[in-house]
Amino acid sequence: MTPGLLFTQNGSAVNRNEIPEHSGERFLETLVSAIQGGWRVVSYFGAPEAHLVRLYCILSFKSHAALGIMSTAVSGKSFPSLVAEAPQLHLFEREIAEQFGISFEGHPWLKPVRFAAPLASTSAVPPRAPEKVGVMDFYRVAGDEVHEVAVGPVHAGIIEPGHFRFQCFGEEVLHLEISLGYQHRGVERMVLGRPGLRTLKCMETVAGDTTIGHGTAYAMAMEALCGVRVPAKAEAIRGIALELERLANHTGDLGAIAGDVGYLPTASFCGRIRGDFLNMSAELCGSRFGRGLVTPGGVQFDVGRELAEKLRKRIDVARREVTNAVDLLWDSPSVMGRLEGTGVVSEKDALDLGLVGPAARASGLNRDIRRDHPFGIYNVAQLPVETAKGGDVYARTLVRWLEIEKSLHFIEEQLAQLPGGSIASPAAQVGGDQMALSLVEGWRGEVCHVALTDGRGELERYKITDPSFHNWSGLAMALRGGQISDFPLCNKSFNLSYCGFDL
Amino acid sequence: MFKAIIARCKQGHRTMAYPREPLSLPERFRGYPELKGGLCPDECRICADACPVGALSCQPELSLDLGKCLFCPECANACPHGAISHTADAMLAANNREDLVIRPGDEHRLAQALEAKMLSLFGRSLKFRSVVAGGCNACEADTNVLSTIGWDIGRFGIQFVASPRHADGLWVTGPVTEHMREALLMTYEAIPAPKIVVACGACAIGGGPFRGSPEAHDGVEGILPVDLFIPGCPPHPVTILDGLLRLLDRMP
Ligand code: SF4
Ligand code: SF4
Repeated sequence: MTPGLLFTQNGSAVNRNEIPEHSGERFLETLVSAIQGGWRVVSYFGAPEAHLVRLYCILSFKSHAALGIMSTAVSGKSFPSLVAEAPQLHLFEREIAEQFGISFEGHPWLKPVRFAAPLASTSAVPPRAPEKVGVMDFYRVAGDEVHEVAVGPVHAGIIEPGHFRFQCFGEEVLHLEISLGYQHRGVERMVLGRPGLRTLKCMETVAGDTTIGHGTAYAMAMEALCGVRVPAKAEAIRGIALELERLANHTGDLGAIAGDVGYLPTASFCGRIRGDFLNMSAELCGSRFGRGLVTPGGVQFDVGRELAEKLRKRIDVARREVTNAVDLLWDSPSVMGRLEGTGVVSEKDALDLGLVGPAARASGLNRDIRRDHPFGIYNVAQLPVETAKGGDVYARTLVRWLEIEKSLHFIEEQLAQLPGGSIASPAAQVGGDQMALSLVEGWRGEVCHVALTDGRGELERYKITDPSFHNWSGLAMALRGGQISDFPLCNKSFNLSYCGFDL
Repeated sequence: MFKAIIARCKQGHRTMAYPREPLSLPERFRGYPELKGGLCPDECRICADACPVGALSCQPELSLDLGKCLFCPECANACPHGAISHTADAMLAANNREDLVIRPGDEHRLAQALEAKMLSLFGRSLKFRSVVAGGCNACEADTNVLSTIGWDIGRFGIQFVASPRHADGLWVTGPVTEHMREALLMTYEAIPAPKIVVACGACAIGGGPFRGSPEAHDGVEGILPVDLFIPGCPPHPVTILDGLLRLLDRMP
């Protein structure tokens, strides 16, 4: 294992003063050697301290289910960039630069991430106003017959806003640059102070389609800070809700992928079946998106025998229908012809960029928080991790489908053996001067929350890393060398979150 | 090909009968709240303190702002006197912001049809251009659902279109982030008059969970005139459909 890190586990809290504090040089050395030794960066962010900014890096080592933490203080205007050695740091460094005004020496693309106002700055950096959203130096390719296509922020359809710049040679995309920030609501700043109900509501809506994922990650962080244990029954209900969320989104996306290649039967069937999964979440808690279900300490709604039986029957029907609808895809050569070989992200690129979730697994990376850093119910009930080789739209579709099968099975199993007992532990005092860390495998991939409290137990910094933060660069890579007309299809196979990224 | 036909038979016809027949909603669904103000002891403000977004007020009497409400379980759970509960009534949309503030004993003020001239223009064909202005994607998802086969909103002549030039109305979701304000206004400008504006979801009405954020504008209020407010976080698809059908005078 790499020295220089404080080791901890998913869903636990550490005292802030135990976190190793390194000189800048040692910090960077440790980071590089950890990455070379198989560690992966889960989060890398700054937190303001008197006259300086403290950088925290959280790393994961999957085979030991270990998480490592270290920090360094930056008091000057700049800090060396490690992007050349570790491309997975690319956006993290840009984010820190934007949030704290620290410039990363040697970073190839030190451009705004969200065009947001800085959170704080060191005394060496004068405060600055944010740039106008979407206005920046885009990468350009010059030459005869090279042309640029700019799309967004407002797109056709009911979709979140973002701006895309394609450098094209005819139909071929040489480069795609993605500029976001339009959805920036200032979530990380809003939740500072004493955590309460409003904090939970903001967390549930970091990305609305990942309500259970982000809600659970927040609840886990609070539970770690309070030293509260979640009852077994609540863990099972959270697991059911998390897998229902995966089912609804994967099913919807398989339908959308089918729609994008013009295969309407699967598109319309899946569009409807997705709703059935959402309605099952609504049976659990009244909300199709799982709002109000997860709360620090447990869940707010019980599942009795009758409801469990009802859900089991509905899962059974949904399994038959979704299998029937998706099977059509594999048997249609014209559909397969469009999916295979489209939007390839190689295993090496996926690894370098630090992709997570189904997109990573479709490129052959075997990573899944449910197994690598198990939390809640996944400590006692394992789900097989599904991977594929190709890294193309087909692989991402296939992995999604295999995950649907596994989630259906998992939910049935959990419903059949729900433990008894209470569904929530009483609230407790939030610990002061702590750092709590939680990782959840949401349907899009790894959701990471880090909470830092001050001496009174108030949130001094809250860092959210949505899986989209890792994966947007994957989408850009998928387009490289592809056809611009394949963009919607590639986009759908990733289905990344704008608001989860923009925060 | 045969397989697709067999699948089609298996999957069956699934478009719902609403509004001809009511839609059955899950038991735990939280819709139009029922307020029993007579049960509140003096000076009690337990519910107001429990509400994460300040939708409840106890002075001078109990009132609840549907436009701010997230329809969460908190107030009903907190009130020891049983003065607040949520019914399964999903009809929530209104034409005026004030109609969303409800008090005990109030009649349920539902959205009214557009005036005759607008109705003759939009009654049989109404196209919307959507702008997502900081929405979390749940309002968007449940608006999108209306175009799936289960809801088939096209059967009422309502459609979401790609170009504002082809639209009769603007569909706003999200609290209107500062970064989307300009795009929202430009889209509104690009829609030919006469046009209508729909604020869909707690965010668009008043900022929702993000109310008060310095990066967002607490909804469309004060930015654009709104013709239909659809409460919810997110509104259930039937709440959206019901509001639109009332606006178009299409309820049976
Ligand atoms: S249901 Fe509405 S009024 Fe009640 S606590 Fe939640 S947001 Fe407040
Ligand atoms: S109203 Fe609620 S569901 Fe709709 S965009 Fe806002 S937070 Fe999301």
